Amino acid sequence: MSKIGAPEKLIVNGKRLDGRELKDFRPIVLESGNLKRALGSGLFNFGSTHAIAAVYGPRNLHPKWMQDPSRAVLRCTYTMAPFSTTERSRPGHSRRSTEISKVVKEALSQVIFFEEFPKAVIDIFIEIVQANASTRCAGLNAAAIALADAGIPMRDLVSCCSVGKIDGKIALDMAGLEDNFGDVDIAVATVGGTDKVVLLQLDGILSKEEFFEAIDLAVDGCAKINDMQKKVLVEKYRGEEK
Amino acid sequence: MVQFVLRSCLLKEGKNMVELKTVKSELVAKERDIVSPGDLLARGLDFLPGSGAYRAGQEIKSKYLGLVKTKDRLVIVVPLSGVYIPKSGDGVIAFIEDMQPTFWITNINSPYDAILQVGEAVSEYVEQGADISVYYDIGEVIYAKVLDVTRGKQVRLTMNDYKAKKLVGGRLLTITPSKVPRVIGKEGSMIEVIRSKTGTMLTVGQNGLVWLKGGYEGLATKAVLMIEKEAHTEGLTDRVTEFLENELAAAGLKPPAAEVKMIKKVRGEENE
Repeated sequence: MSKIGAPEKLIVNGKRLDGRELKDFRPIVLESGNLKRALGSGLFNFGSTHAIAAVYGPRNLHPKWMQDPSRAVLRCTYTMAPFSTTERSRPGHSRRSTEISKVVKEALSQVIFFEEFPKAVIDIFIEIVQANASTRCAGLNAAAIALADAGIPMRDLVSCCSVGKIDGKIALDMAGLEDNFGDVDIAVATVGGTDKVVLLQLDGILSKEEFFEAIDLAVDGCAKINDMQKKVLVEKYRGEEK
Repeated sequence: MVQFVLRSCLLKEGKNMVELKTVKSELVAKERDIVSPGDLLARGLDFLPGSGAYRAGQEIKSKYLGLVKTKDRLVIVVPLSGVYIPKSGDGVIAFIEDMQPTFWITNINSPYDAILQVGEAVSEYVEQGADISVYYDIGEVIYAKVLDVTRGKQVRLTMNDYKAKKLVGGRLLTITPSKVPRVIGKEGSMIEVIRSKTGTMLTVGQNGLVWLKGGYEGLATKAVLMIEKEAHTEGLTDRVTEFLENELAAAGLKPPAAEVKMIKKVRGEENE
């Protein structure tokens, strides 16, 4: 297999191209309440993948026919900034962003108590400022922080991370070249660091054993991210207390 | 591995509840702890989920990013942010936004609009087809009480309350609705502190709108914003008192005696 621009090997001397071990994340940065105008907001970076999420609402939903008299409606918009990729991406919605908006919405729908806000709408906007693989994961993590920051009742936080197969080995958190030239890329989201999976998208071919190994790794990764998300939400207030 | 998948697929509430009968009841979170959604608050069936908490099998977990409160067997989480959801009996500050022949439509800083019917707003007889803008006009602000809220969140207001009035002049602030109790303080202690130091009258709506009028409005505004920022901390009344005293001293001002006297007169406290 040889693709244009593909590196010879993705794992050199047991380390990945950016010097990570197989089960390491890229440096993670989290923030909550970073946008002043939104009711709730969050920032999540996996290395050079930067995602910002903003939550507005619950608010009045118009047109009226879209209202649900028994529960709130969730609207999710994922977009990539034109300057986020190496080659300029056309601004606005694409086939890809529509799909990601849909899966992110479905993942978050599992945890929100919609019935507390009949007829209303909760809007989530996810903007990818800089992309280097795992953007839907960073976006979903940022959205979960933003929802909690906005004071929306939830069963738990949704955490997401990617796993994949590079040079025949299962690795955590796909980055740039690994995503482009690796064999498999899987995005997994779980609820509250448990093994309840709310998002699973697989791109590539895996054996059954490899699949279970990958999922176990992803579930552990999500649990770590969940701890970080909870910490960043709580620390914001604890820091002020002292 | 296969077990793992099976477990994920079969993890349903019903199955969970049968298994875990021997859990010992204990309170995990402490009073005034800051918790995030999904954090474990208590175990066992001896505790009950109050507002802001939910039961998952044998565990009680938090719904919000908020502060834990316990009341006997109830475990409550007070959210640190969020929108106002109207409740019957609440005093709210409302903007008149639209007018129909027999009612006004108002914005109460909530996902749901509220209506104020002529019968609930005016004590005199109003002729059919009369212009009701003479009572309240679009753009005006009122303090009203929530009369009732239906399950579909249709909200009705009433002016049939001793506190209800039209708000003229002054300035309006928006704060997080869940922090309103801190701005009011225990039995109105915080309002009293601000009033006595700055001479400003405060009207606080449960929907997170605060109306300030008279005295050193700017200083009172600063105090209210300070309360909002530090609502989750303890000993706030003392710190606000200190803050106001320092600010007054720094500006070389005294509490406006005339304003305080005027407020007492309005409230009928002058003769006491």
